[in-house]
Amino acid sequence: MPARFLRRLISFALTLALTLFGLLAVTFVIARVVPIDPVIALVGDKAPADVYAAARAHLGLDLPLWQQFIIYLRDVLSGNLGSSSTTGNPVLSDIAHTFPATLELATYAIIVGIGLGIPLGVAAAVWQGRWPDHLIRVVSLFGYSVPVFWLGLVALLVFYARLDWVGGPGRLDIAYDYIVEPWSGLLTVDAAAAGEWDVFWNAVSHLVLPVALLAYFSMAYIGRMTRSFMIDELGKEYITTARVKGASEARVIWRHALGNAAVPLITVVALSYAYLLEGAVLTETVFAWPGLGSYITQALFDADMAAVLGGTLVVGASFVALNIFSELVYAWLDPRARMK
Amino acid sequence: MSLSSPLPPRRGLRAWLTSDTPASRFQARLGRYYATWRALSSNPLTLLGLAILLALVLVAAFAPWLAPFAPNDQDLANRLAPMGGLHPLGTDQLGRDILSRLLYGSRVTLAIIVLVAVISAPIGLAVGTIAGYFGGWVAAVLMRVTDIFMAFPRLILALAFVAVLGPGIDNAVIAIAITAWPPYARIARAETLTFRNADFVRASIVEGAGHWRILMTQIVPLCLGSMIVRVTLDMAGVILIAAGLGFLGLGAQPPTAEWGAMISTGRDYMLDQWWVAAMPGIAILLVSLAFNLLGDGLRDALDPRKRRS
Amino acid sequence: MAQDTLLEVDGLTVRFPSVHGPIEAVRDISFAMGREKIAIVGESGSGKSMTARAILDLIRPPGERIARSIRLDGTDLTRLSPRQMRQVRGGRITMVMQDPKYSLNPTMSVGAQLYENWLIHVGKPKRLSRAAGQKAVLEMLEAVQINDPPRVARSFPHELSGGMGQRVMIAMMLIPQPELMIADEPTSALDVTVQMEVLKLMDGLVARNGMGLLFISHDLPLVSRFCDRVLIMYRGRIVEECRADRLHEAQHPYTQGLLSCLPSYAQRGHPLATLSRDAGWEVAP
Repeated sequence: MPARFLRRLISFALTLALTLFGLLAVTFVIARVVPIDPVIALVGDKAPADVYAAARAHLGLDLPLWQQFIIYLRDVLSGNLGSSSTTGNPVLSDIAHTFPATLELATYAIIVGIGLGIPLGVAAAVWQGRWPDHLIRVVSLFGYSVPVFWLGLVALLVFYARLDWVGGPGRLDIAYDYIVEPWSGLLTVDAAAAGEWDVFWNAVSHLVLPVALLAYFSMAYIGRMTRSFMIDELGKEYITTARVKGASEARVIWRHALGNAAVPLITVVALSYAYLLEGAVLTETVFAWPGLGSYITQALFDADMAAVLGGTLVVGASFVALNIFSELVYAWLDPRARMK
Repeated sequence: MSLSSPLPPRRGLRAWLTSDTPASRFQARLGRYYATWRALSSNPLTLLGLAILLALVLVAAFAPWLAPFAPNDQDLANRLAPMGGLHPLGTDQLGRDILSRLLYGSRVTLAIIVLVAVISAPIGLAVGTIAGYFGGWVAAVLMRVTDIFMAFPRLILALAFVAVLGPGIDNAVIAIAITAWPPYARIARAETLTFRNADFVRASIVEGAGHWRILMTQIVPLCLGSMIVRVTLDMAGVILIAAGLGFLGLGAQPPTAEWGAMISTGRDYMLDQWWVAAMPGIAILLVSLAFNLLGDGLRDALDPRKRRS
Repeated sequence: MAQDTLLEVDGLTVRFPSVHGPIEAVRDISFAMGREKIAIVGESGSGKSMTARAILDLIRPPGERIARSIRLDGTDLTRLSPRQMRQVRGGRITMVMQDPKYSLNPTMSVGAQLYENWLIHVGKPKRLSRAAGQKAVLEMLEAVQINDPPRVARSFPHELSGGMGQRVMIAMMLIPQPELMIADEPTSALDVTVQMEVLKLMDGLVARNGMGLLFISHDLPLVSRFCDRVLIMYRGRIVEECRADRLHEAQHPYTQGLLSCLPSYAQRGHPLATLSRDAGWEVAP
């Protein structure tokens, strides 16, 4: 049914465009109501009135709001997020430098979270009411209840300060800084590509704690959702069919039930990846991780609005991008949503 | 009176509550509450959650009487005292009693929870029921706005709002409330859609009831159940976000005794005086766990599909 | 039962725990059948589907199956290991279920689902090639009178009509050439016009392959036309057994009651009779 699929695609694209537009509108409004006067920031509060007015006109602030919004839209769409008042760089290039650090953290965390969460969720569904089920319940309850920054501090205290098993705050020990030329910005990838294995292992030792921490939260969420989707699927009639066919229990669970549970799970995984980008704000603060989260928080304290809004916009846009991604994978996994 | 009269019906409050044939609406309603309570109280974990929250309320109410010291009394001679003795949970870097600060901090936490719930739940309920009931372009506009708000990660959006409003506890509450309502709107809309074409709503229309009357008397009360469950479950997240803002220094400002901010100050002494940061963390964990336990229990008790099994 | 026995069920009980104590969905039933078409008829909840699932050992915990023996061509199925039982299931006994909309895996192509059954029971044991399996799948789809088998094999269950879905289901179940096919209300989800086609098809395939058919239904007239013998179940027990063409001579008051509830032209304009139940019915005559 190509016509129906096309309609779906168009409505999805419209939704996306609207959401992005709304995202921009929200950040624009925030920027305008903020009590910091960007003109004064530019010319100082002792500037004479005509200088002030000229600077104001230069910034486009004398135009009506809707024109300002259009200019803002044009700027953002052409990649101009303004300049950071603290670093002096364009916000976009700042973000390009900090985002990979966050991405590295979140990506390893989601891989571990999926790798542990899905098997645990499947086990909980298959052995409902038995110990794997209780385990996932306790794990996820704790995960939903514990403050991530506090757990991070405790983990640093125990595993770094007391036991000295892992690297401490930051991405590398100072001794290993500036050895590897940044290319992807993902330190493990860059170090491995350059063959600098000392740097690689040092980066890994710094990654272990924050990744474990973030992975724990995504494991709790993914595990809990896997459990409930699997319980749904295992109760369906086609599972009986598979058993009637004499399929082994492993095949019934992993191929038939999980094959179908994977469809809604995609959305869950995308969502939890997005939450990892967000959870990174607090985690990065705790681990002094030079990522997007640290950048936004630091900018907040310096009242650097261009940086705050640029960062917010990038995180919001990643949310949207993940939505598109999950929609595409969804269509790929579920033949009912696929184009013939 | 004849001696051979049939046995009198079983008496007592319990029999009255569990009666299959309630004589009045009042009895039926109380009976339903009783059944819900029975379902709730049959789960020890739910009761534990409820007990912790009750304790939180009591502690918040009676903090001045329970706390051994005033929360901001400094005793610089007694800085970073270990646990035990005069200060059961030790003192912080200014010699303030940690236990007392925790007890007073429960007031801040409670205030944040109540305020966020009171602000965000009605907004979500209003947006969701109106969108669900009227449908059409009203729903399209309202739900699009909801989607846009949901497209932002909650903590980041709250951060951006705090950046605009300036740090502080009131602004933190407003920022969290602004980010908290969209899921409620979605739930309320989904619920409303299932009731909108029900016969009892049609009957009200036939009787000549106006839209607002139907919304307020028929739709909103029916949405309340699932809203309460969702809000309860969400409060755990609200506590964590509030504490996160406090930890970043964007929530409650010093010297207010707020748990997240207490962790933030304790952070510098983590290596040698771990209790300064550890204790407020445990307090946050406990309260947020309590909300999760209670929310899970409420969901099981109020979900008719689960009750049947 | 004069001919050689294919399936012999002896003392089968299916029990589920509940808050009010155990509930027996099937209560100590015994019957035997040859390579014939036998029907189990009863209202919903009478235990007919549970009987079918119990034969295949598909009762899920916490439910339990208790039986003195269930013999298929002499092998006692209750004594097989789970692994051996899987060889029987789908290989020697298969089951066609009610609604293809739910009984086919929505995310696997039709061909892959048929191939899976072929692989388990034919391909792997005999070490045949993948191409042989694909050929078998297409042949089987052709045998259930599906036009353009390659196209249907590539399609997914939601793209099939109910009648097509049920043919696919039958094809899937026939691939390993079983000795006994259980059909659990195979036509009740289908349009009336399609029902007869599917029944005819099943009838022909059963006759051609010399299988036994255990047909589970609530539809007395259908069963009396289609099957050789009929077992009537009521509340977990078999209350009556008779030849399908002699159904009108049935002795048990429950069967008689059921028959008198059927609408017919002779009684047009009169209210339809309803069943007034009797506690004595649960005891077999």
